[in-house]
Amino acid sequence: MNPLSFHAPVLLIAIPLLGAFAVPLIGRLGAHLRRIFTGLIALLTTACAGLVAATVFSAGTPITYVLGGRLTLPSGMNFPIRIILEVDGMSTFMVILTALILVTAVFYSFSYWRRRSGGTMYDSLLFLLGAGIFGMELTGDMFNFFVFLEITSIAACGLIGFRVWQGRSQEAAFKTMALYTLSGLFVLLAIGLLYGKYDGLNIAYLAAHIGSGLVDRIALGLLLVALAMKAGVVPMHMWAPDAYGEAPAPISAVLVANSQASLYGLFRVLFTLYGLAISVTTLGWIMIVLALLTIFIGVTMALIQSDIKRLIAYGAVSQIGYMLLGVGVGLATSAGQPDYGLVAMQGGIFHMINDAACVGLLFLAAGVIIRAAGTRNLNMMGGLAHDMRWTAMFFMIGALALAGIPPFNGFASKLMIYESTFRYSPILAVIAILGSILLLAVFLKVFQAAFLGPRTISPIERPSRLMLASMGVLALVVIAFGLFPGFFVHTIVGPAAKALWLGRDAYIGAVMGG
Amino acid sequence: MNGEMSVIVRTITRFVYGLIVVFGFYVIMHGHLTPGGGFQGGAVVATAFALLIVAFGAAGLKGKLNDHLLQSLEEVGALAFLVLGFIGIGTAFFYNIIANSGAVFGSPTPIGPNPGFLNTGGTLPWMNWAVGLKVMTGLASVVLVMLVGAREEEET
Repeated sequence: MNPLSFHAPVLLIAIPLLGAFAVPLIGRLGAHLRRIFTGLIALLTTACAGLVAATVFSAGTPITYVLGGRLTLPSGMNFPIRIILEVDGMSTFMVILTALILVTAVFYSFSYWRRRSGGTMYDSLLFLLGAGIFGMELTGDMFNFFVFLEITSIAACGLIGFRVWQGRSQEAAFKTMALYTLSGLFVLLAIGLLYGKYDGLNIAYLAAHIGSGLVDRIALGLLLVALAMKAGVVPMHMWAPDAYGEAPAPISAVLVANSQASLYGLFRVLFTLYGLAISVTTLGWIMIVLALLTIFIGVTMALIQSDIKRLIAYGAVSQIGYMLLGVGVGLATSAGQPDYGLVAMQGGIFHMINDAACVGLLFLAAGVIIRAAGTRNLNMMGGLAHDMRWTAMFFMIGALALAGIPPFNGFASKLMIYESTFRYSPILAVIAILGSILLLAVFLKVFQAAFLGPRTISPIERPSRLMLASMGVLALVVIAFGLFPGFFVHTIVGPAAKALWLGRDAYIGAVMGG
Repeated sequence: MNGEMSVIVRTITRFVYGLIVVFGFYVIMHGHLTPGGGFQGGAVVATAFALLIVAFGAAGLKGKLNDHLLQSLEEVGALAFLVLGFIGIGTAFFYNIIANSGAVFGSPTPIGPNPGFLNTGGTLPWMNWAVGLKVMTGLASVVLVMLVGAREEEET
């Protein structure tokens, strides 16, 4: 393996960190230089993500990276030492998703913050958030997972409350901080319990030894609640509309990727750490019930909003339900492993990247709309399509994709979820389809209110070319994934679903051997 | 009164702040041998800064301890830590390349019971210094910002 591919997993964490620490120093030399540096770091990070993907997909097995020493895994020792990164198909899938959203958000932010102060701190926190998300996805160690979880919490809250002159964003940041801290403490307590019982923190080591005793069950409950809370699953979703709604537009898009990283953590815990040690049917049904609640409450709350950002935020919450539904059915059937279980897994996982792309697109478009109309209230907008054709088109693409209309990507993944969950229990598919129909109604309302009708207001601020290009990239992804779902399911989603569903032994074997 | 405290506090501060700084540097310096390390030592040094800021007021220290300088040093500390991680990348990220190399902190560590030798540890003491620099300047700038904010609130 060439040295660059070998070091790619750690570079993917180290390069955004380098960006986060160096941006304030370079920012002193001038805003222009800072922008060049920020763009360079974003592109380098994306290149590293591509390198990780190429390495993992060509290897076919989980790859490991040992920090700080000369150690080839599996080492033959029955106790893994040192900090270990472990990258399998699912981690790689998440890395691709995060890199896509991060690079779009960085380039969109160039124009978004151009005439406003504080750009240095903003870039620094954005890269810190990116480094934290990549860390959560790549680490093979429970305690490091917690550390990266906390890094994302701190950076995310700083960014949510970044517009310090707005009282509402301060309140949202405080609320989010309180709930993120609570979930962080739950995770820490669970890790402490597991460490006390098994004397180890490595995920593969813990997975090889885990049982179904009382301590394991308590730890599982804590991890389940904490990670579901951080992903914005419904009974614990109250921070999400505030956070997504009050954060600057590109940050809302990255926050969606952050929530999905927590969802990834949840899947990793359920499938890899515990696997069949616990009753998968019970846990699968818990996830399915949470998923249905999330879909239904998310959509119905979106229906009554008149604030455009909050409305999209509730839409984003409801989409988390579809991912949970697909993967929940996959978990419930992971003992018998019928064919439709794998399709449900693939649908749920495929929906993660589809949701990140189309919700990201909607948030970026909403940022443009709010700048142009000078208000977030849908009742005060109208006729923006006369002056902003491209934005209107991008918003339409994002909205239709989110509602699951062909030929966009949301249709491809939702169809997989409908078909497979119908085989498991028809009522699940019925509720999921109902949610999508309501969502279509919601976004038709938004589109009509903001873009159609006579020209009532002239745009205060038009989107720059860079903002349009960033939205264009996401729109292209939405269309490409919708037109060629077979190709993407085969190349990136398939390995991810297989890694979770069937790859537990390979994941353990890559560190522990045998 | 322009933010200063009484002459008693100021005189005592002049006596003790040097001692606190020395103790903090000692904790950072011996981080690889004794309890403590970069974070703890940095926090101790930051208390000396906090004492200075409280005793003489933010205005009294103008020019000597400013926000920009502290924040720049904080970034330098963070970058230094990351660079120390990168220098080992020939083997692995964070590989201890300085240990047993003969450079500063790089002399070989003797095996067996011993009182602990300062000039060992490789990248670890260097990392302690990087973290120490970041923590002392970071915490000091936090105290400075909070004090300035509190003063402004009092005046309005």
